[in-house]
Amino acid sequence: MTFTTSKSLISWTPICHYDDLTVEVGKAAFVKARQVALFRLSDNRIYALSNYDPFSGANVISRGMIGTISGEFVVYSPMYKQPFSLETGICISDPRYGLTTYPIRIDSQGIIQIGGL
Amino acid sequence: MSFEIIVVGNGMVGQRFVELIRASNNSELFNINIFSEETIPAYDRVNLSSYFTDGPQVLNLVPEQFYQQDSLLNLWLGESVTEINRFDKTITTSLSRKFNYDALVIATGSSAFVPPIQGREFQGCFVYRTLQDLKAIERYASRSKVGAVIGGGLLGLEAANALKTLGLQTHVIEMAPYLMPQQLDMGASQALMQRIQDLDIKIHVEKSISCIKAGHNGAVSQIVFANDEKIDLDLVVFSAGIRPRDELGYKAGLGIGPKGGIVVDEKCQTLDPSIWAIGEVACVQGNVYGLVGPGYQMAEVVADQLQGKSSFFKTPDTSTKLKLLGVDVASFGDAKGITPTSLGVVYSDPITKTYKKMVIDDKAKILLGGILVGDISAYPLLKTLIGRALTDSVEQLLFQNITPSSGISIPDDAQICSCNAVSKAEIVSVIKDNNIVEVVDIKSCTKAGTSCGSCVPMLKTILSEQLEASGIVMSTNLCEHFELSRPELVEVIRKNNITSFSEVIGKFGHGHGCDICKPVVASILASFAHEHILDKKHLRLQDTNDRFLANIQKNGTYSVIPRIPGGEITPEKLIKIGKVAQEFNLYTKITGAQRIDLLGARVEQLPHIWKKLVEAGFESGHAYGKAVRTVKSCVGSTWCRYGVQDSVGMAIDLELRYRGLRSPHKIKMGVSGCARECAEARGKDVGVIATEKGWNLYLGGNGGFSPRHAQLFAQDLNSQSLVKYIDRFLMFYIQSADRLQRTAFWIETLDSGIDYLREVIVQDSLGICKDLDQAMQNHVNNYKDEWSQTLEDSEKLKDFVCFVNLPSQQDPDIVFVTERDQIKPLQITSKTF
Repeated sequence: MTFTTSKSLISWTPICHYDDLTVEVGKAAFVKARQVALFRLSDNRIYALSNYDPFSGANVISRGMIGTISGEFVVYSPMYKQPFSLETGICISDPRYGLTTYPIRIDSQGIIQIGGL
Repeated sequence: MSFEIIVVGNGMVGQRFVELIRASNNSELFNINIFSEETIPAYDRVNLSSYFTDGPQVLNLVPEQFYQQDSLLNLWLGESVTEINRFDKTITTSLSRKFNYDALVIATGSSAFVPPIQGREFQGCFVYRTLQDLKAIERYASRSKVGAVIGGGLLGLEAANALKTLGLQTHVIEMAPYLMPQQLDMGASQALMQRIQDLDIKIHVEKSISCIKAGHNGAVSQIVFANDEKIDLDLVVFSAGIRPRDELGYKAGLGIGPKGGIVVDEKCQTLDPSIWAIGEVACVQGNVYGLVGPGYQMAEVVADQLQGKSSFFKTPDTSTKLKLLGVDVASFGDAKGITPTSLGVVYSDPITKTYKKMVIDDKAKILLGGILVGDISAYPLLKTLIGRALTDSVEQLLFQNITPSSGISIPDDAQICSCNAVSKAEIVSVIKDNNIVEVVDIKSCTKAGTSCGSCVPMLKTILSEQLEASGIVMSTNLCEHFELSRPELVEVIRKNNITSFSEVIGKFGHGHGCDICKPVVASILASFAHEHILDKKHLRLQDTNDRFLANIQKNGTYSVIPRIPGGEITPEKLIKIGKVAQEFNLYTKITGAQRIDLLGARVEQLPHIWKKLVEAGFESGHAYGKAVRTVKSCVGSTWCRYGVQDSVGMAIDLELRYRGLRSPHKIKMGVSGCARECAEARGKDVGVIATEKGWNLYLGGNGGFSPRHAQLFAQDLNSQSLVKYIDRFLMFYIQSADRLQRTAFWIETLDSGIDYLREVIVQDSLGICKDLDQAMQNHVNNYKDEWSQTLEDSEKLKDFVCFVNLPSQQDPDIVFVTERDQIKPLQITSKTF
């Protein structure tokens, strides 16, 4: 069995302009019937994770607060406050749970595109 | 071949025994015949009087189809056992049938004792023991006006409750000098009597009855006492104790105890190794127990033996906690101080009708027992301490709940988290095993504090206890980003006139912040800098409730609560709220704080809903914030014939003065128009109760997990001083409390508590009153409605969309169904992610 790992195989969907995101204030996007939470950090990195909170079963991750735990950036679920790593999606307080993470790129016009969906 | 068991009696204990056998691993080996003289299967005799309020169904103890579906169980109702033939191991029944047994279990219970009083056989005299007795009393009571219960013990008071429920004028007659002589002492009983008399039940103690008289119709009409006093009545209930129904055992030659009861050993076995006795009919180790707890234990002991396990009856805990006629009573351990040289410490308050007693050993070290009447909040703690060394002073144990700052040691087996059943011992062991220094780690290791979260302050206490014991001082640092406590943070923010999070973390902290320090700083800035919480620089600091100015619900929708100051609302405005709820199809409910909650609003609907509400003259109710929430009020002197001050007017003034004030935790207030206290102001952080001369101010009340009555701070204040003291109290709290610390806990952390507060607020001992007054005046001057400001700002409104890329799309996973004509969230089931 062989895997092809070529970036060209990922399909990219434009979401919104970079300036539509406020630093550390999440926004949700609806992409091919999936819900994605987008976050922009103060160093202008952008992260995209599943908007579905596995603990509450509600689509609320984008409304969570951003913080750091021992230097690692996390989003706290607004429902029961579990922290999820922005980098990996793994829940720090209960690693059995996690959020799907999605790749992001920004085109020359400053439009954020989300991949893998 | 099966093993034949016969159970005589289908009371609570007999039934429990049958269920234990059926639940055993080898239950198919046993064939059980059960005989009962009553015509209905087992019912709950302990709560007999609830028959009158809730009907007979609630008393049923037998699981549905329990007997019908089991061919190895035969329940013979209306058929009693009349004879035991020990030589051929058979019994004979009232229908002259014979059955074999390999094991015979006697569970015939007891009967009511009727003292030999002349006239006891007249029509209208009853006992209080079976469902049939109750039905007869009910029928007879329907044509009676006055009833008396003879016997003022536990059962007698239950019977009195029943007569009261049936609408009779009720008397209780007791020979002893006080009620419940078995469980209580004189002082406790007096507190109980005062409370019962308030219910309009007449109590006659130290009274012996000379005879009962009947009228010309043969029905009871009068009780005559030995001193010739008389009560005219038409119904009498005897409740003068119970006697074991041991006739069968007696006739079969099994031993009978000195006060009755079939003699059994610690295995509940009689002198015949094939016969056991359990429950109230058994005299085990010389004692007959009239409580169901020991009876259940006996049922277990015998069921174990029949399955080949060795099992012994242990001296039972006869502690009782019960509500008699609405009065809380608890009696535990050596309640009456029978232990030689034991000491009793008694607190008795005739005003609140409260009685508390602890019995301790002569060295005042070991708790032996106690009695509580009226306020039994100390019971759970004291019960766990019986037979152990006192952990704290007697006063502390009697008067304080377990709280972080009360200094009371919590026993190891006390359950700290009741949601997840975690005891103190478990918490202590994970702290030790994992070298835990943070509460969050206790949560992840034990699950304690992860459900409702109300035990988190206790977790903190236990942790600091443990850390202190191992020489580590618990850090008061707010979080990993600030080496400052919340009060210290307030100070640096105010001193440096800081107005943004970036500035405070840049100068006094490090890193990027977290979900602890961000909302704390946001709250402090809101309290003192008065900028809109959704201003761009503050937006990222707000948790979801503050960010959307609404309360998040389990399915990701929000609830909306408009402010209704003091709970006063015009019909026009009420209709307008109704119309908004109708238009947006919101679930509507009245809250505990006299407001109207509209639930099920989607994020994108919030501005539209608020546009209508603001147009209708409403403003934000701040139910989403850690802020002053509501001022609850009673109707007051304007309408109420008892009211002495205008409580509604005062509540409105207070609510309008403090609305929107952000604080370390939510703040609730109440104003009552008279001492009857209909607004339940003493359960609030700030409680105001009207007096003839002005207002009494109470501080530090709390509902929730650790209910606390507010303490009296000052009396008969005029409106001006009242407001001045509340101003200072709130501002002092906001400046110096910890994050998420309610006022009740905060006051407990102050040395000398409310007295200290009085020194600071009234005598200005810290010289800060001017500053507190000024800070509150700034709040009042700068208040603006958060929602109208939001509606006026298109930048802020941009955030109220569900999806940034599809503004018209709604979250398709939010689904409602209808219940009682309103929406409710469809239960979200887990899905793959």
